[in-house]
Amino acid sequence: MTAVRSDTAVRIDGISRFFGAGAARVQALDNVSLDVRSGEFLCLLGASGCGKSTLLGLIAGLDAPSAGTVDTTGRRAGMMFQDSALLPWLTAGGNIEVPLRLRGIRRGERRERVERLLAMVRLAGLADKRPHELSGGMRQRVSLARAFAQEADILCMDEPFGALDAMTRDLLHDELERIWRETGVTVIFVTHDVREAVRLGDRIVLLSSRPGRVAEIFDVDIERPRRIDSARVAELATTVTTRLREEVGRHGH
Amino acid sequence: MATESGTSTRLRGRSTGLDAETGLAVDAALAGLDALDIPTAQRRPLAARAWAATWPKIGALALFLLLWQIVVWSGWKPTYLLPGPGKALSEFGSRLGTGHFWDALARTLVRALEGYALAVVIGVVVGVVVSRSTILRTAVGSFITALQTMPSIVWFPLAILLFKLSESAILFVVVLGAAPSVANGVIYGVDYVPPLLVRVGRSMGARGFSLYRYVVAPAALPSVLAGLKQGWAFCWRSLMAGELLVIVPGHSSVGADLQNSRELIDTVGVMASMITIFVVGVLVDAAFNTADQRMRVRRGLIAEGTSAVRAARGGRGRGVTGSGVDPVGGSGDGTVPHQPADTGAGGADGGHAGGAG
Repeated sequence: MTAVRSDTAVRIDGISRFFGAGAARVQALDNVSLDVRSGEFLCLLGASGCGKSTLLGLIAGLDAPSAGTVDTTGRRAGMMFQDSALLPWLTAGGNIEVPLRLRGIRRGERRERVERLLAMVRLAGLADKRPHELSGGMRQRVSLARAFAQEADILCMDEPFGALDAMTRDLLHDELERIWRETGVTVIFVTHDVREAVRLGDRIVLLSSRPGRVAEIFDVDIERPRRIDSARVAELATTVTTRLREEVGRHGH
Repeated sequence: MATESGTSTRLRGRSTGLDAETGLAVDAALAGLDALDIPTAQRRPLAARAWAATWPKIGALALFLLLWQIVVWSGWKPTYLLPGPGKALSEFGSRLGTGHFWDALARTLVRALEGYALAVVIGVVVGVVVSRSTILRTAVGSFITALQTMPSIVWFPLAILLFKLSESAILFVVVLGAAPSVANGVIYGVDYVPPLLVRVGRSMGARGFSLYRYVVAPAALPSVLAGLKQGWAFCWRSLMAGELLVIVPGHSSVGADLQNSRELIDTVGVMASMITIFVVGVLVDAAFNTADQRMRVRRGLIAEGTSAVRAARGGRGRGVTGSGVDPVGGSGDGTVPHQPADTGAGGADGGHAGGAG
């Protein structure tokens, strides 16, 4: 990666997040500080309980930290969830339209934008399909288009391909990479799949578990386009996995 | 906050020849997967579906009439007290030609609709307000359910004392009978809105009213519909009890006719009135069921010709996610193979169906 702009999209400064109270109080995140560069593809990687989804919710503004600050520098964050989380009573087009309606965009322009966004995720002409009529991969692409309909500068993705079969996921990696390059959006991508993180990320932030802390940050110096089954991806994935196992192993004692 | 015009215009221009090549390959592969993934639902012709929905009902009705006739034949009661179905049905048929019948039916239906409309308005308002406030919830939540379980007939003595033998007395009881069910439908509906969908709504920037408008209300719809249906049942029952007890002089109605026939020991007349009441009940139920069915089909909660029960029993050994390369599984039985992983409203629907059914 050479063309990364130097300015910062998200400044995360010393955030902690507790859930519950008293004896049942659980700390999900402990003093996490992190700068996300504008236009970068950042992967948040960690085992269960590392608070990666919590961190993403904080960046997307769905939740507030117990301590510390999250500054999205005036940028708008859009969110994409693991289950495509499409509204089942609306068509694919209707789902993409919701963020546009929420911002008061006129009907004619809405229709035009929906078509454009569907074309972007290669689902042109399927605006009238209902979510249950689409496959998992297609639903995730609608969900991606919906996130872009928010005119998001920062795209928060919470294990978006976790429930898909390997072949579909592989193709969607290519798609996401293409769209990321075309739009210049900043992506924060949560996953527990090391290879996926290496395949996609400019940087990989490894989080430790319970509470979540930044354990290590890896720079991925592998030329794009990458293939998930390439030797270099496998090599770095092995390194990262070893480090991840160390982190997880500390909970066994 | 607004950025440059559209997202897709903000190109970075870093594409290379290699990208374009792999892009085409991806395009083809995705198109292939999509084609395999699109469900191949085949709809049976309308006539066949109508017949499939009708014949079991006709059969059940025929069986009932047969049993009735057998009891009459057995000589358990003299036929002037227990006439056969033939007599009752022909009396019902001949009544259809009289102006009195239609006057009485019209008054009864107007009473029902007035009472129901008022109950729906009150029920929805109360339901929305209560579902939004924990304190109100604790205060009146169980009270609403208690009100719902109270037999409407016990309200009539009070209603007659308050309003005398008037239309208002009937309206009072009908509304009290129906409104709690509607309110409960709304409250449960809001309770069962999947938290994920609320998060989705919030992530898209919906807050307050717009969150209700775009997420909560549509997600609660299955339960609200169940409440409306149950509310109608209570409304109709309360009304019939009311029309038997509160006979407003000069106002003919289905219930008043029924009471009249009883006083004249006209069992055939009693049965003809009861058939009227039954038919209205069946028709309204059919209307609600149609609405419910359409909603479920639209949301993928039911595929034509299947139900969750049948799918669970039917040995379609498919995985749950419904994604991926599985060209065989989908097309075998002509049904929609992809049950959504995010049956958001499904939880609400199933969850409440047990409570209100």
